[in-house]
Amino acid sequence: MDLMRFFLALSLCFSFSIEAQQRFITVASTTSTEQSGLFRHLLPIFEQKTGIQVRVVALGTGQSLDMGKRGDADVVFVHAKPLEKKFVAEGYGVQRFEVMYNDFVLVGPKSDPAKVGGSKDIVAALQKVKAAQAPFASRGDKSGTHFAELELWKAAAIDIAKDKGPWYRDTGSGMGPMLNTAAGMNAYALTDRGTWLSFKNRGDLVISVQGDRRLFNQYGVILVNPAKHPHIKKEMGQAFVDWVISPDGQKAIAEYKIGGEQLFFPNAKR
Amino acid sequence: MSGAHSILPLTLREVRFAAGGRSIIDGISAEIAAGPTTIILGANGAGKSVLMRLMHGLLRPTSGEIAWREQGAERVRRGQAMVFQRPVMLRRSALANILYALELARVPAAERERQAMEALREVGLVDVADRPARVLSGGEQQRLALARAWALHPAVLFLDEPTANLDPGATREIENVIKAFDASGTKIVMSTHNLGQARRLGDEVLFIHQGRLVERAAVDTFFRQPASAEAAAFVKGELPWT
Amino acid sequence: MSTLGEAVRGAIGLMAAGDPMLGGIVALSLAVSLSAVLLAALLGLPLGAAIAVGRFPGRRALIVLLNALMGLPPVVVGLLVYLLLSRAGPLGEMGLLFTPPAMVIAQTILVLPIIAALCRQSVEDAWVEYEEQLRSLGADGLRAALTLVWDIRFSLVTAVLAGLGRALAEVGAVIIVGGNIDGVTRVMTTTIALETSKGDLPLALSLGFILIALVIVLNAAAHLIKEAAQRRYG
Repeated sequence: MDLMRFFLALSLCFSFSIEAQQRFITVASTTSTEQSGLFRHLLPIFEQKTGIQVRVVALGTGQSLDMGKRGDADVVFVHAKPLEKKFVAEGYGVQRFEVMYNDFVLVGPKSDPAKVGGSKDIVAALQKVKAAQAPFASRGDKSGTHFAELELWKAAAIDIAKDKGPWYRDTGSGMGPMLNTAAGMNAYALTDRGTWLSFKNRGDLVISVQGDRRLFNQYGVILVNPAKHPHIKKEMGQAFVDWVISPDGQKAIAEYKIGGEQLFFPNAKR
Repeated sequence: MSGAHSILPLTLREVRFAAGGRSIIDGISAEIAAGPTTIILGANGAGKSVLMRLMHGLLRPTSGEIAWREQGAERVRRGQAMVFQRPVMLRRSALANILYALELARVPAAERERQAMEALREVGLVDVADRPARVLSGGEQQRLALARAWALHPAVLFLDEPTANLDPGATREIENVIKAFDASGTKIVMSTHNLGQARRLGDEVLFIHQGRLVERAAVDTFFRQPASAEAAAFVKGELPWT
Repeated sequence: MSTLGEAVRGAIGLMAAGDPMLGGIVALSLAVSLSAVLLAALLGLPLGAAIAVGRFPGRRALIVLLNALMGLPPVVVGLLVYLLLSRAGPLGEMGLLFTPPAMVIAQTILVLPIIAALCRQSVEDAWVEYEEQLRSLGADGLRAALTLVWDIRFSLVTAVLAGLGRALAEVGAVIIVGGNIDGVTRVMTTTIALETSKGDLPLALSLGFILIALVIVLNAAAHLIKEAAQRRYG
C-alpha cells in the first residue's frame, strides 16, 4: 500500500481547514440513488466542468431532508415529492426542481405464492399479496421508497398500519439491506429499478410487477435555504442544481446505463 | 555526608501503628542519634519492617510522634535513603537508575553523570554501568541500590534486611559497602535477623518484640548479657514466631 | 461456502492488483484509527496512571465508570458527536462534520476509556512493586505515575493495541460522523457495510479479510517488539 497515500490521509485527519483547501459542496441524497452508481458517473463530469467536488452523503430521504433542515448539507437530492414540497414551504429550501424519474418494481420469489407475476397492476398485486399473506419486506425507514410503498397500500384501500400481519416484515433499513433480507426470506419487496439492476444478491427473487404508471418515482433537487443557514455554499450549490437540470446534466443522466439498460429518465422542466 | 545541619537525632514518642484491626507497633519511644550503627533486631512479625517504614516516613503512625531535628520536610526527606530487602530497579541501565534518583533530588543536570559514576565506582559496578539494571544478579542489584543511596549522600541510611535474599559472597560485598557508608559518616539504621551480621556491623541494638521496644543495649552487652527474657531467648534461637 | 472461497481469492486478487481506490480506503482507515489511538494514548495513559496511583474520594466509582465506558456503543458515540458537530449543534461553526477529523474525534472518544482503564490496571499492579522505592526516592503522585508508565511501556502496548483493534473494527461511529463519502470519508468498515448493502457479498468479504489480515499483522508486529524489549530490558 502506498506510503504516500497514508501520510496524505494522515495529514487530512489533522487538518482542520479542509474548506480552505478544496472547493466542494455537500449533497444529501438517498441510498438508492447512491447505490445505483449514478453519482459515480455523474459527479466527475460536473467536477471536470466546474472544479467543484461534490460530496454525497447517502442516507434515507427522511434523514437527508433532516440534514437540510440542520444545515449540514448544501443541496438535497431526494425522491419524495410531498415531503420535498413541505421542505420548501417551511422555508428550508429555496426552490424545488424536478430532475429525473425512475421506476419502482415489485420483486418477488420465483415461486410467486401471491400469483402476481407478469402483472402491470401494482394495486391489484398488493391486494393479492395481502390476501395470500405472502411475506413482504418493507423499508420502514421514512425513505422515499418507504413513502411510495405506503401510498400504494393506500391506493389499494389497505390500511397497512392496522392490517399488517406477520407476513409484513418491517426491516427498518436501507434499500440494499432490505433486499438482502427479502432475498433471505423469499419475500416480495418494492425497490427502485436502479438498485435492483446493480444488486447482486438476488437469491430466488425476480421482477414480478412493473410498468404501472403509479410506480414512477420522481426525483427533485433543492438548494438549502441560505437565509436559514448563512454558511451554505449557495453559489456552488446553485451551480450544481443548475447543471443537473441543464441539457448537459440531463444528457449525462440519460447516458447512465447498467448492462445496456438506462436507469434514470431526465425530465427537468424547461 | 552528615553535615553541620544534620536532621538527627530522630525522636520517637509513644509511636503506635495499627492496621486491619491489629496492633503492630504498640507504643515505642526512643531517640536515634548520629554516630553508632543501630541494628533493629527481632523475630519475624515483631514489627521491624513497619518500624523502619515509620521512621523513614513511608507510613504514618496511628498515634504518637516521629520528629526529626530539622523541621523542613524537604530537608528531612533528602537527608534519608532506604534500601529494601528486594531491590527495585527501573527498566533502564544501572547508570540511568542512579541518574533518576539524582534528578529527583534536583542535582543539577551537569553534575549528575559524574556523581552517578562516582557512586558506581564506590560499589564496584562501573563495568556494568550501561547494562540494563534488571538483568543484573540479585547481589549486583542490591549493590546498585546502595550505589543509588550513596549518590544521594544521605544523613541516614535505612536498610531493611538488605542481605536476606543473598548468598554469603554477595552478603559480604554488601556489608563492605555498608561499612564504607558508615566510615563516611552516614548514620546506619538496619534491621536484620542475621545475628552474625548484627555483631559484625552494629554498635547498638534495639530489640523489638510484639511491637514493643523490649531492650536497647550496646552490641556486645546485648549478646553477652541480654537483660530481658525475650532477648535471651532470641539470642539463643529459642524465641517462637510472634 | 463457495462465497467464502470466492472471497478469499477476491481478497488476494484485490491486494495483488494494488487498486488505487482500495489503497486510498486502507490508507484512510489506518490514518483515522492510528490518529485516534495516538490522541487517546496521549490523554488516556496519564489519566489511567494518575487514577492508579492517586487516592481520592470517589476513586472506586471512577474506576468502575472507566471500565464500563470501555463498552461504549460506537453508534451512540457517533450520534452524539454528530449532534455536537452538526451545523445546528454547538461546534457546528468548525465545519468538521463529514470530514476525517470528525471520524478521528469520534474514535478517540471510543478508544480513550479502553486505553485509560487498561493502563490503570497495569500501573496499579506495578505500583504494588514500585511504590515504596519510588516514594523513598521522593517521587510522588503524578511524577511516580509517569515514571511507571514509561517503565511498563512495553506491556502498555497491549492496551494500545486493544484500542487500535477497536478503532479499526468499528463502523457505527465513523459512518454517522463521516457520512461514508466516496473518496473522502470512506474507510474499510464503511465500505464493507456499503458493499454488503449493495448485495456484493464477495467483495465485502474480501475487504473483510484484508481488514483482518491488517489487524493480525499489526498485532504480530507489536508482539515481536514487546518480546524483544523484554529480553533487552528485563
